[in-house]
Amino acid sequence: MTDVDTVELAAATPDQQQPYAELGLKDDEYARIREILGRRPTDSELAMYSVMWSEHCSYKSSKVHLRQFAENPPASDAMLVGMGENAGVVDVGDGLAVTFKVESHNHPSYVEPYQGAATGVGGIVRDILTMGARPIAVMDSLRFGDADAPDTKRLLTGVVAGVGGYGNCLGLPNVGGEVGFDPTYGGNPLVNALCVGVLPHERLQLAQAKGAGNQVVLLGALTGRDGIGGVSVLASATFDDSVDGSGKAAGPSKRPSVQVGDPFTEKILIECCLELFDAGLVTGIQDLGGAGLSCATSETASHGDGGMHVELDKVPLREASMSPLEILMSESQERMLAIVTPGDVEAVLERCKKWGVLATVIGEVTDGDHLVITWHGETVVDAPPGSLADDGPVYHRPLARPDDAQDALVADTSSRLPRPASGAELRDTMLKLVGSPELCSRRWVTEQYDRYVIGGTVLAMPHDSGVVRLGDETERGIALSLDGNGRFARLDPHDGAQLALSEAHRNVACSGARPLAVSDCLNFGSPEDPSVMWQFAEATRGLAEGCRALGTPVTGGNVSFYNQTGATAINPTPVIGVLGVIADVAKRVPSGFTAAGQQIVLLGETADELDGSAWAWVAHRHLGGRPPQVRLDAERSLAAVLVAAAEGGLVSAAHDLSEGGLAQALVEACLLGGVGATATVAGDPFIALFSESAARAIVATDDVDAVLALAAKHHVAATVIGRTGGASLSIDGQFEVGLDDLRAQSEGTLPALFG
Amino acid sequence: MPTTSRVGVVTFPGSLDDRDAARAVKAAGGEPVSLWHGDATLQGVDAVVLPGGFSYGDYLRAGAIARFSPVVAEIVAAAADGLPVLGICNGFQVLCEAGLLPGALIRNAGLHFICRDQRLRVESTSTRWTSHYGDGAEIVIPVKHGEGRYVADAATIEELEREGRVAFRYLDGNPNGALNDIAGIRNAAGNVVGLMPHPEHAIELLTGPSLDGLPMFTSVVQALVAA
Repeated sequence: MTDVDTVELAAATPDQQQPYAELGLKDDEYARIREILGRRPTDSELAMYSVMWSEHCSYKSSKVHLRQFAENPPASDAMLVGMGENAGVVDVGDGLAVTFKVESHNHPSYVEPYQGAATGVGGIVRDILTMGARPIAVMDSLRFGDADAPDTKRLLTGVVAGVGGYGNCLGLPNVGGEVGFDPTYGGNPLVNALCVGVLPHERLQLAQAKGAGNQVVLLGALTGRDGIGGVSVLASATFDDSVDGSGKAAGPSKRPSVQVGDPFTEKILIECCLELFDAGLVTGIQDLGGAGLSCATSETASHGDGGMHVELDKVPLREASMSPLEILMSESQERMLAIVTPGDVEAVLERCKKWGVLATVIGEVTDGDHLVITWHGETVVDAPPGSLADDGPVYHRPLARPDDAQDALVADTSSRLPRPASGAELRDTMLKLVGSPELCSRRWVTEQYDRYVIGGTVLAMPHDSGVVRLGDETERGIALSLDGNGRFARLDPHDGAQLALSEAHRNVACSGARPLAVSDCLNFGSPEDPSVMWQFAEATRGLAEGCRALGTPVTGGNVSFYNQTGATAINPTPVIGVLGVIADVAKRVPSGFTAAGQQIVLLGETADELDGSAWAWVAHRHLGGRPPQVRLDAERSLAAVLVAAAEGGLVSAAHDLSEGGLAQALVEACLLGGVGATATVAGDPFIALFSESAARAIVATDDVDAVLALAAKHHVAATVIGRTGGASLSIDGQFEVGLDDLRAQSEGTLPALFG
Repeated sequence: MPTTSRVGVVTFPGSLDDRDAARAVKAAGGEPVSLWHGDATLQGVDAVVLPGGFSYGDYLRAGAIARFSPVVAEIVAAAADGLPVLGICNGFQVLCEAGLLPGALIRNAGLHFICRDQRLRVESTSTRWTSHYGDGAEIVIPVKHGEGRYVADAATIEELEREGRVAFRYLDGNPNGALNDIAGIRNAAGNVVGLMPHPEHAIELLTGPSLDGLPMFTSVVQALVAA
């Protein structure tokens, strides 16, 4: 053990050079570590500080902006646990609570698409489990470069197979999400995964190590050399040094930093942990994700009431030759850290044996105030846990609106683009949009995901929201939607964030559920670029304001920075998940037309808002101008109408209007339910069909008077625009297209691109 | 005479649709009994369902490790004495590995996992699990698998066809490249049935595409009660 750097050795060799810069620490950060410890850090301590103070773990660039979600939250009596824990917890009634969170796994997915995406799902599922919840569904929000770009096929097919491979094997239905394409994501795909779980209130668990003498038990997989430095090497830096342009061999040097997933181990870990929770056998629990044991030990100790002593040589290893530093850094998947009273240890080990889950006592809670980690009796870490977990650096990064570039972008509106005028041109435009990678059917992707397992899925994609029943003994359910629009956010980050929130909120309401809470995944470029920080500050400000206006608190989420290739950042992409609750899932409203002869009502108002639209991009590759006006009050009123209509059983279908406008919404509603429609559009037919004004939806009803009265009561504009029926979509006086043709156009695109 | 038939549902580590199978048994009027893979007992149940999932992570081959579990040894013995046994998806794979049904399930022809609502024809109603279907009934129930392509040697296929032992056949598109569009088969006695599609996910209109899966469970439950 002579080559191990110990605390004793560190004290004796204060001047030894240390590779802190290579580990991503700045000069002043290193100086602060020395100040905290009163000596130089050991190799193990240095590595721990480097990962715990990384952007990914410490939120050092985003913290000052994220505070506004917690400091001035909207009034809500549903929050049981707010931001800061592994995931927020929301009361949904009947003694049940729901926890949900969306998280990014962007950088690993670029280096190794299958494992990157798979472990992204695995990580967020463990966050949900850690709260004491049974995971009941997942969703994924994916963005890639242009659909026909050379590297997109490798990334998309790998990511989709990884999301499916892990989630399917775990037995979690995938109930929704989105797929987007834009050249800015070419070198930085976005893989955001959401998980939702349900728990009885009394099963809530917290990530804290309390009670001196309590035992620290490591559960799950062996610890190996995978994922070392994942959060610092991968997630907190750009790919500048490893991108080769062709993308083929992109980032091979970083491949060892990607974790490798084993969903079977995670599945039995879930069942085992739920048994331990139900039996009341753990007093605290934390998953091992980013930064592995470093994070789990320092966070639980920091949130406890004393210190912790961990004997690293007791950790079961995949490779016997691993050093203490490697054990602390490993991001091997499918592991949990449980705090157990001494009297319960035997019972815990017994239950773990039943499930075939490895369980090892590796330490205990102490009455000291330090996290002490030993290796064969020698101390390799002796540090205040709070200094690792909570007192990382906080940066007020400089931010600046890039006036010239942003002004030019805003000034370049879509008004100069030629617009289709005749019926034939409108028809061709609609077909082009329907078949575009942006708007075509996602069936090729979603068919690779199990949406049935667990038996609670009431609605799944391509419906506006995923709706899941919370159990066999209840009619209560939840609805979830995950939405983002990087082009709107590029034009105006503040409004773009609010439009993403608005769309997710609207989607949840369309399904008949009352929107309750928000989780956000904020994907941006480098925080060291003031213009990116300006985008981030604007987006968080917009989101906080929007959440207040809609009464839906942010319960947690994740920030992903450094999504940047060279000087080119991705479009700023806040992806927003909205959770809603529905008292009786039998009253859920699907998005497709299912019955002929019903009247179609357009709710909301349409303006000439085509900047940043799907039409501008697909027809003209144009991005410029101002995004559609944000209408938060109108969204709230629209949601009230949709929820009341669902409760009253007034509508058989409801579908939100977003990308591609009314035309796309009608096409999707017709194809989903297999029933055609005839509609009349007022005013300029191009604007009526393709504008992307916010706060709009279509509904199908047998009781149009009641729907109109309901809309009037909530001051929502309502126009009867047509009727369901037939085998085609017909726009009066303009054009008609058979559903078979529309289906072929919509469903052919992704299989042709990706096989 | 029993008032309710007790139907065992096996849980292997990695089973996923076990609770769904139990729900379907209940919906059919039976009493689901949970059977643990490591226990060499069937607790006196009247029938057994091997559910879908990834038993033992599908390591080696789907179903290849599960066949060696203590509970499967009991099932193999009881099946020889006529115990009704249904294998769904991974359960079908286990039955093939255990030798209760011939052939094997290999990787889908398209190499992708496929989840879709699938139209099927019920080809054999003279089994313990399909007697409540009409002859030649066309049904829609979900498929969801990555390794569901049924294969067997030519003589076995010929024998299955000749003896009417193809229980279910894919219609409107074969999702996985299975020989002769075979979705499920039965043994000669008709007490053992295996199929890739998931009848337990078509028992309630709110959560499934149809109610077409329910007769699979009522067939066995109500016959047992009547007996």
